[in-house]
Amino acid sequence: MSVKIVVIDYKIGNTRSIMNALKQVGASPILSNDESVISGADGVVLPGVGAFSHGMENLQKYSLVHVIRNYAESNKLLLGICLGMQILFDSSEEFGETKGLGLIEGPICQIPIQDSNNGRLPHVGWGEIQQHSVSWDGTILKNIENYSDMYFAHRYVAVPDNGENVLSVTSYSNHQFCSSVKKGRIYGCQFHPEKSSEMGLKVLKNYVDLIRQGIDG
Amino acid sequence: MNKIRVIARLDIKNEFVIKGIHLEGLRKIGDPNELAKKYYKQGADEIIFMDAVAAYYDRNSLNHILEKTCEDVFVPITVGGGIRSIEDIQNALKSGADKVAINTKAIQDPVFLETASKIFGSQCIIVSIEAKKIADGKWEAYVDNGREPTGLDVMEWSKQAEGLGAGEILITSVDADGTKRGFDIELNAKIASQVCLPVIASGGAGSNRDVIDLLATAKVSALSVASLLHYDLSTIGTLKRNIHQAHFKVRL
Repeated sequence: MSVKIVVIDYKIGNTRSIMNALKQVGASPILSNDESVISGADGVVLPGVGAFSHGMENLQKYSLVHVIRNYAESNKLLLGICLGMQILFDSSEEFGETKGLGLIEGPICQIPIQDSNNGRLPHVGWGEIQQHSVSWDGTILKNIENYSDMYFAHRYVAVPDNGENVLSVTSYSNHQFCSSVKKGRIYGCQFHPEKSSEMGLKVLKNYVDLIRQGIDG
Repeated sequence: MNKIRVIARLDIKNEFVIKGIHLEGLRKIGDPNELAKKYYKQGADEIIFMDAVAAYYDRNSLNHILEKTCEDVFVPITVGGGIRSIEDIQNALKSGADKVAINTKAIQDPVFLETASKIFGSQCIIVSIEAKKIADGKWEAYVDNGREPTGLDVMEWSKQAEGLGAGEILITSVDADGTKRGFDIELNAKIASQVCLPVIASGGAGSNRDVIDLLATAKVSALSVASLLHYDLSTIGTLKRNIHQAHFKVRL
């Protein structure tokens, strides 16, 4: 049975790359911002790059805030990538406080790097994802080797209130941050799986497999 | 220590990857899509496509190359050369680029950098600086592929660009480009020590040793190589193993 995977189109992400990567792992994703298409999906990807406030503005502009909340509440699979992950949280301190979707508890804060002696910002490049408190079995990180390299491009990080939501952590210039989250069937990656070479594609493949299992089961 | 990124840089003219010396005297190397794929398979951390003549002819034509490349290449892709409007950035991103490198337009209109990074996020905006040495410890910023001097001091300009919201600095040494005689280490060290942004060193790599020499002195976050790969002097894999053996961190 073919699965219906929708990549949310709110004019803020590198959607072409995500669509290509999903195709590469055997899915046939649909790019859409239509409420009925999204609510009828088996799995959704929320992409996003850039500023948090700009992302929320665009979700509001396309009337997607309640659509995504309703979808998440229906207990179906949702994956936020980069800014798309951050937006799942309560709020961000980027450019003054902005409210997020509030699906996962916690704020978004800047990586505490002040000058070039203790690191550089933004964090651009490859970082190792490391197991934290939650097992990766049965998640999007299933069969991914601990300390695999993923590609990051960000200045802000999620700080989940609940440690059990932390799927992986990553170190950058002596700062450890949450690099992926899981709360029920909601996932988020601070890294870009679509830009993380073969390992990243494997994460997306796992996600597509989870969606397939969801339908079969 | 963070991982050093090794970036394959493809300079493009009329649908072909080309390579010159001091950014001039261009020689045809091959097909952009094929080469991007080859270097991706070798383990390149990123790809840069630089339109070598766009600024000169006032156009931007890499989008269809991008569209094709991003079907097979799953690492970040940067496009530069001829980016002069918000619409140009939108089109590049829509075609599959993750970042854009801006030189001429940023120098003509610095506020453009600020506007672009507000809209697309600073992680998307690379300021590209072509530097030519004019005196001891002094470099001037050039535009149009090292053809036109601007009068701007490279160190001052890079500081200013950081303040305007650029997310990375791509520093190309016009003097070293294409020579295969090594990076301008002094230039890269100086720029990396005075900005907090990630710095990408470009121009001059002719051997694995050149890269190690750069890393030993300059605190750059990434480096781009072209001739080294185009002329089969090394591969991304070999280069990365060399970097690793020299006790710097890379993605292997």
